[in-house]
Amino acid sequence: MTDEEILAGLGEIVDEVAGVPADQVTPDKSFVDDLDIDSLSMVEIAVAAQDKFGVEIPDDQLKNLKTVQDVVDYVRNAGVSA
Amino acid sequence: MRLTEGAPATRILGFGGYQPVKVVTNDDLAATVETSDEWIRSRVGIVSRRIAAEDETVADMAVAAGGKALAASGLSPADIDLVIVATCTPEVMIPNTAATVATRLGIIAPGAFDLNAACAGFSYAIGTASDLVRVGSSRNALVIGAEKLSQWVDWTDRSTCIIFADGAGAAVVGPVADEADRPGIGPVVWGSAGDMADKIYIKDRNSFIIQEGQAVFRWATTALHPVARLACERAGVDPSQLKAFVPHQANLRIIEAIARKIGAPQAILATDIVHAGNTSSASIPLALSRMIERGDLSSGDPVLLLAFGAGISYAAQVITGP
Repeated sequence: MTDEEILAGLGEIVDEVAGVPADQVTPDKSFVDDLDIDSLSMVEIAVAAQDKFGVEIPDDQLKNLKTVQDVVDYVRNAGVSA
Repeated sequence: MRLTEGAPATRILGFGGYQPVKVVTNDDLAATVETSDEWIRSRVGIVSRRIAAEDETVADMAVAAGGKALAASGLSPADIDLVIVATCTPEVMIPNTAATVATRLGIIAPGAFDLNAACAGFSYAIGTASDLVRVGSSRNALVIGAEKLSQWVDWTDRSTCIIFADGAGAAVVGPVADEADRPGIGPVVWGSAGDMADKIYIKDRNSFIIQEGQAVFRWATTALHPVARLACERAGVDPSQLKAFVPHQANLRIIEAIARKIGAPQAILATDIVHAGNTSSASIPLALSRMIERGDLSSGDPVLLLAFGAGISYAAQVITGP
């Protein structure tokens, strides 16, 4: 999976979970500060990401994923090692 | 040996609910712990909750709700021979709550026991009562969910005191007389996950309720929609046919996330939590009572119940409006 594909998939998830339009989900955005996404929505995003990408993001990792790029990196790296 | 003659099916004959008088708003809580109305509304969806008076017991609330359900059912106390009180916050462990409640309602010498499946208790109790009526162990059963969570909450812990509340709800379960009448209580789908016992617990009798909110949220939004869909499948009711979806009123965000995944956009979603808080085993019958009062539910309308909580325990079934 390329970064572009992960980003596009993540955009769809964020749109569905939090109602933030996918085109606003760009790599440098912070979930909390820029996209107004709280910790519960982050859990929903993690659950949806598992369904979409087959990558599990545990709660203890979730707090380290602050920007959209952080999630893209995490999914890409987990995908490689899996 | 001779065995009992049962009934072909069961249905719910009436619901009743009771909430304490005292309303506690988010602003009331924000005056004593560091929180805000906006934060509580956005994270858990609660605007206000009801809290029992100091001297108001779980049994008092159970009697109030049970009496209303009995009246709504059209049966008299003499028709009831089984009383189940689902509660995880009984006043004392000995004696149980159910026998006392039965006596106070004028129900003479019924089978009476308490059932603890925490917030899943009401669906467990409906499933149990329905099966007992079907096999002929009981003619008609009174099922009550009643909780006084306020006495197990640390009122300085902002992660729990904003959520939990008090109340009671009840239903009368009776037989469907003949094959022509349609069954009103579908097969229960229930289960547990004891490996997650440490996610919601009270350590001992001197402690308060602890909840790992994020872990519970993840579990609830991942594991429960298949349970709900299976309950529909076993009952032979497609989610698109549901008139209403009444999940345990745990947290509005959880409820809405599960509802999205079940695929029943036409079903009325119970959101009683907004003004009732999380009342554990009482939340589903309270929400159902209110729906009937409002006229949202007609006789025969299929409704999906989904209860879940500490244990972890969960149960779901399709019922029809009384």
